[in-house]
Amino acid sequence: MAEKKIKIIVAKPGLDGHDRGAKLLSRIFAEAGMEVVYTGLRQTPEMIVEAALQEDADVVGLSSLSGVHNYFFPKVVELLKAKKLANVLVVGGGIIPLEDIPELKKAGIAEIFGPGTSTEVIVDFIRSNVKAK
Amino acid sequence: MIMDYVAEILQGSPLAVSRVITWLENEDERARVLMKEIYSHTGNAYLLGITGSPGTGKSTLTDGVTWQFRNKGQTVGIVAVDPSSPFTGGALLGDRIRMTRHSEDPGVFMRSMATRGYLGGLAQFTRGAVKVLDASGKNYVIIETVGVGQDEVDVMRVADTTCVVLVPGLGDVIQSMKAGIMEIADIYVINKYDQPGADQLYSEVQFRVNQDASIKDRAWVPPVIRTVAVEGKGEDDLIEAIAAHRTYLEQSGKLLEKRRERTREETLQMIHHELFRIIRARLAENSRIESMVEKIMDHELSPYNVVEEVVGEWLPPAK
Repeated sequence: MAEKKIKIIVAKPGLDGHDRGAKLLSRIFAEAGMEVVYTGLRQTPEMIVEAALQEDADVVGLSSLSGVHNYFFPKVVELLKAKKLANVLVVGGGIIPLEDIPELKKAGIAEIFGPGTSTEVIVDFIRSNVKAK
Repeated sequence: MIMDYVAEILQGSPLAVSRVITWLENEDERARVLMKEIYSHTGNAYLLGITGSPGTGKSTLTDGVTWQFRNKGQTVGIVAVDPSSPFTGGALLGDRIRMTRHSEDPGVFMRSMATRGYLGGLAQFTRGAVKVLDASGKNYVIIETVGVGQDEVDVMRVADTTCVVLVPGLGDVIQSMKAGIMEIADIYVINKYDQPGADQLYSEVQFRVNQDASIKDRAWVPPVIRTVAVEGKGEDDLIEAIAAHRTYLEQSGKLLEKRRERTREETLQMIHHELFRIIRARLAENSRIESMVEKIMDHELSPYNVVEEVVGEWLPPAK
């Protein structure tokens, strides 16, 4: 069997147009040997989940800097479950107030990475938490 | 469990299609079992190849063509290939960005694929992915290659109709006369036709087409289509050209001929790949390959001797 690659969707849900971070992380994931599908700006949760389905993603990485995370992040997890994709690891990042993190984790987001997180930490977290398919 | 997947693929389940493409890419044994079952259900989709240099607009054209097919009630599968890094093995797959308007359309299934070191413009298992989409009932499967140079022409061995996308500003008339990518077009598309130099490129490509017509006996003369993909301009001309080429192939019997040739080549390639996989695995046992390399480096043996020895062990000598 050939070496398995981690496939990750990097998505910006909502109308937030700040994608420097998402683009940088896409590069970093690719440098770490992952196959990265960058979906671009202004994605609905439905679009993100459909991409995860068609690409057979191991991971969905969500980036938000505009305060919509409390709605969009849990919605993505919910739709993944509805599409029988509960095994997909969901992580988030961007500008997320600390007090929102417990609720997001309860909703099924595995980890939230705030500004200044070392990229190694993010890559390591993903590597050690992806599930076999 | 595998049989459930077979049934689901034949019913068009995107979840099953998606997972099986992953198994193909990972050379997972389950893929082989499954492909044997679904193979008899392939051959119904029409296969369209889209190739060209990086940044010529292949993804945007794929998006536009998909839109046109959907308006005619046709379902579409897309396999879009992007390069893997030779250093890290990672890949940034960006073709999906141009196709977001189809992302919630159940009549479209789009899969990005990394080359994983495979040359020729496609990934090694692109053909397999195309077959899965074909068996899942898609009317059209579009194969979008990596951004190619002059010599990555594998797509013509997979597609029924190959579109070569060109843009102004990449070279003079001599470029368009060369062998390789310029030879494989069933349809030329000059995209970004609103850019300077487009008319000149158009006449240069027409010049080549006319030259070809006088050098070789060709029943099909590739049309040169002008598009501005981001504005959807010329999409309808392109769709018409694709339909015309399809009709030509079907009525002349060339489609069957093409597919027979493809089947021959594919089968040989699969045998090649499988033999190589087995022999490589066995040579890795006890580091035998390493000791061979040492002997070759020390000029005790030549690689030619080694090839004879290894092949002789597994296969009876050729008569």
